[in-house]
Amino acid sequence: MTNHPGPESPFTTGRSVRHLVAGAALGALAGSLLTVMAVLWFAAILSLLEGATGDALLVGTYVTAAFALPAAILWLAREFARVHRDRFRWSFSIDIPAPELTWTSAGRYLTYHLIALTLGVPAIVLVLVPPAARRYARADTVVAQALLAPGSYERMVRRVESLAHSRAEVIAATDAERRRIERDLHDGIQQRLMALAMNLGIAREALTEPSPARDAIVAAHEEALASLTELRQFVRGLHPAVLDDRGLDAALSGIAARVPIPVQVSVAVEPRCPAYVEAIAYFIVSEALTNVVKHSSAERAEVRVSRDRDRLRITVIDDGCGGAVMTPDGGLTGLARRTASVDGTMSLHSPAGGPTTIDVELPCA
Amino acid sequence: MRVILADDSVLIRPGITKVLTDGGFDVVAAVGDAEQLLRAVEEHKPDCVVVDVRMPPTHTDEGIRAALAIRHMHPGIAIMVLSQYVEERYATDLLSMGAESVGYLLKDRIAHVGEFLEAMRRIVAGGTALDPEVVSQLMVRRRENPRERLTPRELEVLRLMAEARSNNGIAEALKVSGSAVEKYISNIFVKLELPASDTEHRRVQAVLRYLEG
Repeated sequence: MTNHPGPESPFTTGRSVRHLVAGAALGALAGSLLTVMAVLWFAAILSLLEGATGDALLVGTYVTAAFALPAAILWLAREFARVHRDRFRWSFSIDIPAPELTWTSAGRYLTYHLIALTLGVPAIVLVLVPPAARRYARADTVVAQALLAPGSYERMVRRVESLAHSRAEVIAATDAERRRIERDLHDGIQQRLMALAMNLGIAREALTEPSPARDAIVAAHEEALASLTELRQFVRGLHPAVLDDRGLDAALSGIAARVPIPVQVSVAVEPRCPAYVEAIAYFIVSEALTNVVKHSSAERAEVRVSRDRDRLRITVIDDGCGGAVMTPDGGLTGLARRTASVDGTMSLHSPAGGPTTIDVELPCA
Repeated sequence: MRVILADDSVLIRPGITKVLTDGGFDVVAAVGDAEQLLRAVEEHKPDCVVVDVRMPPTHTDEGIRAALAIRHMHPGIAIMVLSQYVEERYATDLLSMGAESVGYLLKDRIAHVGEFLEAMRRIVAGGTALDPEVVSQLMVRRRENPRERLTPRELEVLRLMAEARSNNGIAEALKVSGSAVEKYISNIFVKLELPASDTEHRRVQAVLRYLEG
């Protein structure tokens, strides 16, 4: 949508005149209906305050009116706003989104209906000076967009909702993708490599006499086995099958055993968290321990995972040299990012000389 | 010795079959899932089964469950579980019915043909064969840190015992003398407070006590 006049501008004189005349008619109709209802409501309240005279039926009518009229006014204000939005769509193909019906939006509707009353004045002027219609129509559009569309707060709330929704979908998709890759590697290349290593092993056993051919087969066999080990460690890091099958506690044994220093693991997570939380917790422990081994020169480490109602708490402590900091491409930054992706919090406490403690809390509803 | 093999991979099945046949085993059936395995066991009553952990339909722990079912119905059949990854939790399940005639190895180990065949013969003879990786995982889960009671060397010996190696095998792996190994083992028995009885039984006991914490 553009407000600049140009060859494609929807604000032609003809359309603008039509738009304003329709607006004036609609504004007058809405204005008079709403005014009548407001006056009736005011009268009813006033009569009730002064003490109603007359029979019970009249009093009943007053009371009903006192309650029913505001609802009717709100309903009418909303319906007229809807017709106004249609008017913008028909005239200029401008879509004005509808807000939720709240006291605030109702107030803004009423304000617009009040302003729409004045459309009648330019509408009369226009018939005399048609080119002026374009300017009025644009002004009307600006006002309508401010008053008939959701306010900035509501727009933000909607945006946050849609972002939260799409983020959850991205996380679920990433999770599913990791699982798929793990499965594909397991069923595909791992099996092929295994068959290769096995055949090389058979050949190696068969050739007992030293020869260049045997040397080549031994080298190939060792190479195949090394590739298998590397692939296995990579795939297990992606998404271990045991994580889905037996949960976090079981899966963490594999990580802890892979680390060359003693790691004490204690896990108390009952009941189990959603799969995506388990996957993130697994990743966090894996990354944190990798970091410990790479940088801390620690002699031992400890991993504690516990669930307290809807929070999963992960603590990784090492007795290394401390002084850990977040660098833009460092492992800890990746960890913080992954934590933030599910609205978790992470804190790092690493004084020079150690020990280093990483505390992560993940929401797990 | 008559063996039944269960693995869902058509790439792997012929390889394992060949390794076993060359090693003097008689592969009486090679099947692709746990259900067929249980049927084949009833039909052939083998001496040993070799079973993959991840098999259809759910591709999680079918092999472990099948192994436990076989152990329950036919305690005399030796069981060798193979997997692309070893998991401490599965090992605990397997060992819950005793450590005799049980093996749990990474599939990679088959490629070390000689060692794999030796492990097979050991479990058929009543021994245990645990992958070093499983042993390290199990160590992580001990409540009390074993490093505090056993020296690093004794720990290494125990780890090799868990793989059901003989004294000679351990001596070879550690490049020490046979008498040194015997000394380490008797120290381990003492530290783990194992009563004197026949050595083979004490070895299994040592491994189990150690793994169970």
